[in-house]
Amino acid sequence: MFNPLPLYRTYKSLKQKGIMGMNCRNIRFISRHNKRSLYPLVDDKLKTKKLAIAHNVNVPELLSVVSEQHDIPRIFKTIESAQGFCIKPAQGSGGKGILVVLRSEDGSWQRTNGKVLSKPEIERHLSNILAGIFSLGGKSDVAIVEELIQVDPIFQAFTHQGVPDLRIIIFRGFPVMAMMRLSCNESKGKANLHQGAVGVGIDILSGRAVNAVQHGNPVTIHPDTQQPLIDLVVPQWQDMLHLACACYDMTGLGYLGVDIVLDKVKGPLLLELNARPGLAIQVANNSGLLPRLSAVETINTPQDINARLDIMRDVLQRISH
Amino acid sequence: MARPNTQLPYIVALLMIIGCALIGFRHWVSGIPFLPGATQTIWAVEATIEFEADAGPIQASFTLPSDRAKYIRVNERTASPGFGLRFVEDGQTRRAEWSIREARGKQTLYYLTELKVAHNPEAKAPVKPEIEKPRFLGSVATTATAILTAAHQTSIDNFSLARELIKTFKKPNEQAQLLLQKSTASDRIVELLMLADVPAREIDVLVLKDGGRKQPLRTWIQVFDGNDIAYFDPTGKYNPEQIEWLIWEQNDDAVIELIGGHGATIGFSMLKKQVPIIARLQEPENQVGLLNTSIHSLPLSEQSLFKGILLVPMGVLLVVFMRILIGLKTSGTFMPVLIALAFMQTSLVTGLIGFLLIVGVGLLIRSYLSRHNLLLVARIALVIISVVLIMALFSVLSFRFGLSEGLKLTLFPMIILSWTIERMSILWEEEGAKEVFRQGGGSLFVAILGYLIMSNNWVQHLTFHFLGLQFIFMALVLLCGSYTGYRLLELKRFRSFTEG
Repeated sequence: MFNPLPLYRTYKSLKQKGIMGMNCRNIRFISRHNKRSLYPLVDDKLKTKKLAIAHNVNVPELLSVVSEQHDIPRIFKTIESAQGFCIKPAQGSGGKGILVVLRSEDGSWQRTNGKVLSKPEIERHLSNILAGIFSLGGKSDVAIVEELIQVDPIFQAFTHQGVPDLRIIIFRGFPVMAMMRLSCNESKGKANLHQGAVGVGIDILSGRAVNAVQHGNPVTIHPDTQQPLIDLVVPQWQDMLHLACACYDMTGLGYLGVDIVLDKVKGPLLLELNARPGLAIQVANNSGLLPRLSAVETINTPQDINARLDIMRDVLQRISH
Repeated sequence: MARPNTQLPYIVALLMIIGCALIGFRHWVSGIPFLPGATQTIWAVEATIEFEADAGPIQASFTLPSDRAKYIRVNERTASPGFGLRFVEDGQTRRAEWSIREARGKQTLYYLTELKVAHNPEAKAPVKPEIEKPRFLGSVATTATAILTAAHQTSIDNFSLARELIKTFKKPNEQAQLLLQKSTASDRIVELLMLADVPAREIDVLVLKDGGRKQPLRTWIQVFDGNDIAYFDPTGKYNPEQIEWLIWEQNDDAVIELIGGHGATIGFSMLKKQVPIIARLQEPENQVGLLNTSIHSLPLSEQSLFKGILLVPMGVLLVVFMRILIGLKTSGTFMPVLIALAFMQTSLVTGLIGFLLIVGVGLLIRSYLSRHNLLLVARIALVIISVVLIMALFSVLSFRFGLSEGLKLTLFPMIILSWTIERMSILWEEEGAKEVFRQGGGSLFVAILGYLIMSNNWVQHLTFHFLGLQFIFMALVLLCGSYTGYRLLELKRFRSFTEG
């Protein structure tokens, strides 16, 4: 017999812990705080990039943009001297269609897993992007060719292939929650949690790891490198928070997911923005978003980012007590 | 930007009220039952009047059955070749009057009426007869008084008095036999009741027997007690409480008045029918009134089209439910509804096998196509062409093997299938087979559930006959759309918060 009582208890318990559900996110936060007309700024990575450059927000360097089929052969000239590059569909979602290409020792191109990549294969990938395979609804797209990010060696112990990235939820200009996404063998080098990447909740105040999960279950060590995840401390933490907060000012989106990578030379770089950031960050932090979101919902956002961070510090300390 | 939905509850309430009002109107005013199988009992009664014509003008006036609170006349017809006919209404009585200038020999007139067994709010109560005290003479008067006194002693009211008198005349003693010498029992009972100041009269009653033929009218007694009326069968053969019967004549008129003919006999035959109420509504004579603008007023072919279309909101509501309240992932928001509609045409098993076959073969072809460097539009076009070919192939093959079911595969929406194949194969390449089975399975699950709901007889009946239901659907979708609570599957997703 179906017994609704345990379900009701779970429901109550989640509610009490302030866990945000999908419906709540969509109605209370996304539709109220994110104007639809601003979506293209984040759904199109090329637009985001141009906006970021105009607002002095650091981004990985743009090598080339391919928007026509006949432009495809030309990109090999621009990448001639590069040690590696990354091809992305401008309107791809969920990391679809991202191709990371490295220079192998003999000078040819290869994937991150060592598989050789021929010129026609790269051309075909670009042609697929232009045809709109990876964009929502199959509308035609453009391909972005970016410089490759050089992973800060500090993360070497916490990642397997791929680039670990940091997701910070910015609500009305305040950083409310953060998580580090570490790729692993199982996620095939991708930093997507639903593909098996490890999510590490990061304390907004200190930049230190608080909790880690894989497939929604708590983990304590990285599955490939065996490194204890609680030791993870994000370097240049304040710079990262500043970068994330600046994204609110440049887009005007009230509820925003900011994805940041740390380049060993250039420091924190804005990778992409998301107007519908997922809910897994709560699981990674073992903490609900709602108490934090409600706490800052009524506070007027100061112009100065440092003032915002001060307010956020007070809010977080108040909530944790 | 931040505007809480203060209007929403009012809109929902308004839609609910409109919906319920429309449904209520259709049910109680237009008489559409909530259950599809609901039937009503119809008595078809045919009166056959036969007589010999006297070679001259003939006028036959036939009393038509009086309204009784238990029956509603839904239909009446006459058949009488060569006769002119008119219906005459004269206070309490309706009569059919046939006339012809000249007729010879045996004549037969038919009158047929259909009566629905239902409460008739328009039925007129019978008029109480004036008390006319009979004048008995000599020994008859003494005997009558004696019988009445005896009956009076064992009765408490008008009805029990009538019952006692009937008992007396059923097994007549010497006294009663004296009274019966010159009159019938029912006649005498009415006379005695009148003598006791009880309003009563003889009426002509037709006992309704399913399949009855050549039945006569029977003389019963109608007795009044204040505003109450009771009926008695003086022969004691029938219990009016337990059988179905019809008052044919209750105003002391002749049932048939014949001018220009003789030897009239009347025979009745009758049939009890169980008729689906919905079938009756589709008859043209029931299509009246502007507010009754239902789908029924459309031509039949459009009606059956609408029957399908009106089911779509039900499926759409299911999808909304599944996604917002359950949290199930489907590929393509309303694709499951379209697949379910296709299942309705093909039947579930055939549809399911056909769907899996076509999508499976399509995925194989698509994976072959992906090896060639093709542009998206061209690739989808190729998939559509392959789907058409697969459908044709399966139809021909199944026909060869004598399975006519296979022919129905063509009812699947082709574009939907092609798009499904395209999305699934991209999903396969990017996220792996697991995600394909998850989303495909979710879609099929919702489609099957949608099929089960939409093919339900009762759901079809309700959506087709009660347009008000669509307003309720709208209200429910609005409610779902403003639900900020957890989805059912989120309870599982966030289980780590509740453990430990």
